[in-house]
Amino acid sequence: MSSKAQNVLFDVQGPRGRMLTLIFNIVGVLLVAAIAWYVLAQLGERGQLESSKWTQLFTARSWNNFFIPGIIATLRAAGVAVVLSVIFGLIFGLGRLSQVAVIRGISTVVVEFFRAVPVLVMMIFFYLGLGRTGLVQPTETPFWAVVLALMFYNGSVIAELIRSGVHGLPRGQREAGLVVGLTESQTLRSILLPQALTAMLPSLVSQFVVILKDTALGYIITYPELLASGRRLGSGDGNILQTLLMAAVIFVVINFALTSLAQWLSGFLSYRTSGKTKTPDAPAPAAPTPAK
Amino acid sequence: MHRSKKIYSAVALTAAAALTLSACGGGDSGNGDGGDSDTVRIGIKYDQPGLGYADGGDYTGFDVDVAKYVANELGYSEDQIEWVEAPSANRENMLQNNQVDMIFATYSITDARKESVDFAGPYFTAGQDLLVRADDDSINGPQDLDGKNLCSVTGSTSAENVRDEVEGVNLVEQSGYADCVTMLGSGGVDAVTTDDIILAGLASTDANQGQFRVVGNTFSEERYGVGLPKGSDKCEDINAAIEKMVEDGAWEEAVTSNTEGADYSYNTDWNPPTPDETCGS
Amino acid sequence: MSSYFSDFASLFEQFDVASAFWVNIQLTFFAAIGSMLLGTVLALMRVSPITSMRWLGAAYVNIIRNTPLTIILVFLVLGVWSQLQLNLSPDFNKNFFRYAVVGLAIYHAAFVCEAIRSGVNTVPVGQAEAARAIGLGFLPAARLIIFPQALRGAITPLGNTLIALTKNTTVAAAASVTEISALMKSMIEFRPDVIIAVFLTVAIGFVLIVVPVGLLTTWASRKFAVVR
Repeated sequence: MSSKAQNVLFDVQGPRGRMLTLIFNIVGVLLVAAIAWYVLAQLGERGQLESSKWTQLFTARSWNNFFIPGIIATLRAAGVAVVLSVIFGLIFGLGRLSQVAVIRGISTVVVEFFRAVPVLVMMIFFYLGLGRTGLVQPTETPFWAVVLALMFYNGSVIAELIRSGVHGLPRGQREAGLVVGLTESQTLRSILLPQALTAMLPSLVSQFVVILKDTALGYIITYPELLASGRRLGSGDGNILQTLLMAAVIFVVINFALTSLAQWLSGFLSYRTSGKTKTPDAPAPAAPTPAK
Repeated sequence: MHRSKKIYSAVALTAAAALTLSACGGGDSGNGDGGDSDTVRIGIKYDQPGLGYADGGDYTGFDVDVAKYVANELGYSEDQIEWVEAPSANRENMLQNNQVDMIFATYSITDARKESVDFAGPYFTAGQDLLVRADDDSINGPQDLDGKNLCSVTGSTSAENVRDEVEGVNLVEQSGYADCVTMLGSGGVDAVTTDDIILAGLASTDANQGQFRVVGNTFSEERYGVGLPKGSDKCEDINAAIEKMVEDGAWEEAVTSNTEGADYSYNTDWNPPTPDETCGS
Repeated sequence: MSSYFSDFASLFEQFDVASAFWVNIQLTFFAAIGSMLLGTVLALMRVSPITSMRWLGAAYVNIIRNTPLTIILVFLVLGVWSQLQLNLSPDFNKNFFRYAVVGLAIYHAAFVCEAIRSGVNTVPVGQAEAARAIGLGFLPAARLIIFPQALRGAITPLGNTLIALTKNTTVAAAASVTEISALMKSMIEFRPDVIIAVFLTVAIGFVLIVVPVGLLTTWASRKFAVVR
């Protein structure tokens, strides 16, 4: 995205520049190779390179019994959390845009509170708290603890996205709505919100990456997601380092696909809304602006 | 106008889909109303090799073997058993909500727990011990840990016990014992501590066989019981089944086969145990 | 009700909540410095004329950004410390604290890099062209002209990264560091009757840390905005 800016930072290189670049490239490759060699040598010395520890990663048993159930559990928690977050976000995002000061105030407090509390802290609280309430079956408490913690945090972020998305639309959109005789709330519902939602779709997809990554915290509260099942496989077979590496690779692949989708969407949708479809670059609190 | 409706209905549709998904997945462990009389629901660990370990539909370990034997004595064949994962923090809740009929999951009998659940057993008496590298003969008990690196699981009482006793010990806390064993193998730590049979189970997995040694100098007493919902009528029968298991040698065999290659022998002062729990009365 | 509060207050005698929070604040402080330095270098790499540097920077960001922080911390302790036997401090406990700082810095550097890159985008092309016109090479142009402006344009996303970092210090328990989330877990397990009060204490503690950072960021982004 910064291709324009980065190309003007330097001239098209002459012979000396190309030479320097080549030298730097070679040095870089050698450096990476040296580090890789050192790491591999150390791992080999401690028996971590034994082929059985690695080939096991590609057996049908590892995938059928551990990785695939892990991926499913991760996607299930993430999927439910995404849906609940969007609902939570819509309710409190609209609450923050409300004409009624009390609703606006309550929504602001809720959103600001849950954006500030670490997801892990909420997960531990729900995990240890839900079991005592009897609302949820004990075997299901890890799942709901993960989902609720993700919902409260990411829902608040989405509420912020909606608010700033609506504020980010050109003022003429709202004025035009009022001029043709729509009420304030009709304008919001039928003109501003659809555009704001389209504009925030890329940010929303980026937020899904955050949700998916944060499900990995679920292993701390015994939710059998991908990281936990990778761990379990490694416990039984004595190659936890290797199985965790595989879990990491799976996470990176899924998230990379989602990130790419977000970038593609932001280009694709830019002509369907008058809002800005740029993806935010910050991590977890992906809201473009912190609260006022 | 119509586009906004489309968006709302799309959101609603995905919401419904996801909630259905959540409703049918994972909840396959009974619906908490006492269960089918044709099956018995047994809570075990899924992640403790040598004690309770799930590998797809395959369940192995000492806890599992005892559970199978007891279930058989109670009149349930192996395919009538419904296994349920019972993580430590959840065990009392699962029994109180009647989600399982019994729990075999390294469940120590304590007075505090007896207030909310019943216990049969004990079927094994474990003790806190140390796992060291097979070629390391410098550590033979907690007193040798001064200046050594010790690994245990975050927030576990085993770690606290050692630190109270030996001040000079360096404690690493990891999220699982398998992480600790990996560290032990690579030389990052010198010992791992928790109950002896858990250590033996970890050390006897295929990849670890012959590499580690359970010190065999236990410094606490943990009586593993069968967790039951309060007022369960199965308690006496379970005690009888455990007694029979010890008598006909199946108990001995279960211990040996699940700790093979760990250079481990159980504490014979305490084992085999007499299942003398009074069954809540 | 008053006995509920005295029950709750007695917890503070047994558990040192303040010093656990202090660990999180220290982690935030050192990791913020580390990720800022590493992130700036990465951003420089990503806009540099050298292909291998650009490629390395992009690979770093895309891999680290998409990996859960927990996995990074576990790899550092289980892989780097235990397998490669690298000690970051002769003191055993400080060693893990430093590993947690390194892990947090590695993870958040990817986001700092992207924040700065988005800041670079706010710098008008004319600035870079002017720098080249007066004969500055890549590094002098970046150091004197582009980055000072880019950093000021990147305050908001950088502030968001700092807030995320503050909250993510709770994951440091995965690197064997005793901080507030681990303490909260033991507090609840020890005293389940006051669970809500314990949760609110920790939660409000974070609100008190995070909200001022957010306000400061908003203020700073206005104060230091480059007027164009």
